[in-house]
Amino acid sequence: MEAHTLGRSSTSERVDVDKSGEQMNIVIVGHVDHGKSTVIGRLLADTGSLPDGKLDAVKAFCALNSRPFEYAFLLDALKDEQSQGITIDTARTFFKSSKRHYIVLDAPGHIEFLKNMVTGAARAEAALLVIDAKEGIRENSRRHGYLLSMLGIRQISVLVNKMDLVDYSQEVFNSIREEYTRFLARIDITPKFFIPISAFQGENMIGPSAKIPWYSGHSVLAAVDAFEKEPPKPHQPFRMPVQDVYKFTAMGDDRRIVAGRVESGSIKVGDEVLFLPSNKKSRIKSIEAFNEPIRSEVLSGYTPGFTLTEQVYINRGELMVKASEPQPSVSRLIRANIFWMGRKPLEMGRGYFLKLGTSKIPVRLKRINYLIDASDSLEKRDKANIERHDVADCVLELSRAIAFDAIADMEATGRFVIVDQYEIAGGGIIREALPDDQEDLRSEVAQREEKFERSAIVPEKRMQRLNQRPTLILITGEGSTDRKGVGKAIEEELFEMGRFAYYIGMANLLYSVDADLKDKGQSRAEHLRRLGEVAYLMLEAGLLLVVSARDLDDHDLKALETVIAPYPLLTVCMGGCKLDEGGEEVLYCPSGSQISQVVPQIIAKLQHMGSIFNP
Amino acid sequence: MASSHLDHLENQSIYILREAYANFKNLAMLWSIGKDSTVLLWLARKAFFGHAPITLVHIDTAYKIPAMIAYRDRLALEWKLNMVYGQNTEALREKKTFPDGTATRLQCCGSLKTEALKNTLSGEWPRYRLNLQSGKYEPDINREPYTGVIVGARADEEGSRSKERYFSPRDKNNEWDVGDQPPELWNQFKTDFAPGTHIRVHPLLDWTELNIWEYIERENIPIIDLYFDKGEGKRYRSLGCYPCTAPVESTAKSVPEIVEELKNGKFANIAERSGRAQDKEDGGGLEALRRDGYM
Repeated sequence: MEAHTLGRSSTSERVDVDKSGEQMNIVIVGHVDHGKSTVIGRLLADTGSLPDGKLDAVKAFCALNSRPFEYAFLLDALKDEQSQGITIDTARTFFKSSKRHYIVLDAPGHIEFLKNMVTGAARAEAALLVIDAKEGIRENSRRHGYLLSMLGIRQISVLVNKMDLVDYSQEVFNSIREEYTRFLARIDITPKFFIPISAFQGENMIGPSAKIPWYSGHSVLAAVDAFEKEPPKPHQPFRMPVQDVYKFTAMGDDRRIVAGRVESGSIKVGDEVLFLPSNKKSRIKSIEAFNEPIRSEVLSGYTPGFTLTEQVYINRGELMVKASEPQPSVSRLIRANIFWMGRKPLEMGRGYFLKLGTSKIPVRLKRINYLIDASDSLEKRDKANIERHDVADCVLELSRAIAFDAIADMEATGRFVIVDQYEIAGGGIIREALPDDQEDLRSEVAQREEKFERSAIVPEKRMQRLNQRPTLILITGEGSTDRKGVGKAIEEELFEMGRFAYYIGMANLLYSVDADLKDKGQSRAEHLRRLGEVAYLMLEAGLLLVVSARDLDDHDLKALETVIAPYPLLTVCMGGCKLDEGGEEVLYCPSGSQISQVVPQIIAKLQHMGSIFNP
Repeated sequence: MASSHLDHLENQSIYILREAYANFKNLAMLWSIGKDSTVLLWLARKAFFGHAPITLVHIDTAYKIPAMIAYRDRLALEWKLNMVYGQNTEALREKKTFPDGTATRLQCCGSLKTEALKNTLSGEWPRYRLNLQSGKYEPDINREPYTGVIVGARADEEGSRSKERYFSPRDKNNEWDVGDQPPELWNQFKTDFAPGTHIRVHPLLDWTELNIWEYIERENIPIIDLYFDKGEGKRYRSLGCYPCTAPVESTAKSVPEIVEELKNGKFANIAERSGRAQDKEDGGGLEALRRDGYM
């Protein structure tokens, strides 16, 4: 901690001046033309949240142009004024009740703007869903309801609008309420209130309506005030996706800080923690923050840093959990529900990236279980691809395992997005972990990590000293390729560059650590495990390790990745290769490539991966 | 959930700053010396535990109020910042500016700010880096384009900014396609971008002017004193170039007095940028400027 900084003599002088009061983000959704803008215009006008004279000006303008006044015009008028510097905005509108301040996110009702609707709704804490009493439940009334459910918005009130057009008929209202309640029940949403309103006439907006005597429930304003702020969840298991491990050396700082945002639960100094999927274990030594009083405990919602007692090597993307609490799942296979927003469909066999928490991992669509027709009746359909605006139940296969929770157990670690090339093209929630083929290996690794004796040298310090990040470089390919020649040439090149590298041929292991494995064919998995463990020790020592091994396939690579995690694996594929998908980092060298061509390619790849760098 | 609204804003901004730092190799933060980007700088020091491992870029129009430059360099030396500035030296040399009488206000902004920003970010024009030992600026050897640019824009400032994402793409010409923006959900941001394009990062998007001042008060952030009345009944509410930025009538002499003035006083219903003359020219051309990369 820096004791003295400009303008601040001591951290104990913190003044608590949070006078902003409570604020809540709500989103207004519904089918196009069902009256969302009128609802917002009315709320602004009737709560006195409009700039002085605005309402009269718009009314005067309408009278002058012989147009009937509409509250929706208010939003348009406000838009015009924004460019002149008045602080009310389009996508977000501000109003306040006697209880708190609101930001209203106006979500577009048109299907073309679904990604904007999703962006707006994902930021909201609660939603108002507007249905036209005369038109009844339409396509986007259902789709928006379904998306709200997937986005994790549980607090919803339904406004049955334009009641004046159906003569304030209780029968119409009841029939919409019954039908829509049935629909919401199927997607696990229980709406807080159904309110019959006429936003245009101002009925039931901020107080009871004389025209709707048969309704004695909440007005829109009262319903909005009845939404609850999400309470802290200190009793949920602790989860923190690791954003980074910082080792800043400036100003004599020798702290090594694991940073992230606590998504759930709480943690104290002294607690034992586990990093998944690599299974590294350590203990909280201190909680770090700048310009804050020293803390011994931190709750969800905060973005602290931690120093650890054991200096385990971990990367961004791992999930930090408490060893004593229920553990998340770790797998390469997940069953998920996805909604797709990409221009191109989500296709089987193509490569994408999945981002969950702070991890980003190559992913493929393995199977479509069924498509859900969110716009209609939640019917299940068969289809080969997941097209734009489709919602699907499917199986995803990740190139390596990640740690996550099922959405029913934990929200923040149970949802993800899918990136197609440069764009976020889909969102999804994890229904369950499916067993992959690495469970036994992972539990062996967990046992190893449990007992592993850690060096007192901080891994980042070792990396800074050697100007390299430990990496396994695996040279594989058919029998006829010169894997050994390439492997030795790489080792030599790295050595000449002043790097710390070492080459191992498979024979070095077969007659040493593998000498007891008699049946060479049957024990392939065990050979690989031992290769992985030997490699792991050398990577812990800080080496760039080069290994040549013939004919490895995808399964072998996954096993090696699991054993050496979180150290990276670069696979160099010589000539014909059995790899279908490969690891995360693969370099393909066609048959007949000369060593002198291959070596510079590998060096360039290592630089790109950040495995070798200049001081 | 963080316990207060300011805590919530602070933690969200810190999270965004760290995501930017993890995802962009060539990352810069625009520091205009004003209150918003100074809060942003402070948040970076919080995110990185007292360090500011991001290059700070200031576009020096040469018409900034002189106290701003002195303040910038004082803080840069004290906080050990990676401080860089860029400038449209050609326009200044050829006197193509509003104060020289050969350009309108908007043309002047376009040349001294937008053009200078674009070419400084892309590395096409020289950058000048502060040598922390000597205290002098030297030509920067790094001419790589910045692929991530952190900006202190707030959604409540004016209409065009309210449509921004936290991570907002800019194309090869620095242009912003307001109509076709990426989805942004669950704190997953757009961190992948095509070669030649870059991403603007907006950690302060959800903050209001009042939040900024309340946070300055809570954290005791050393803000430039041009914001305070020094006995003449005038202070700046928004900082810019002296020919185009007028002080407002106000007797607020301290941060708590500014907070009070914003909440209950004369500014409770008046826009912050009302002292900025260029906003009024050309029927409010800020969205056009912004599409072209104006911060």
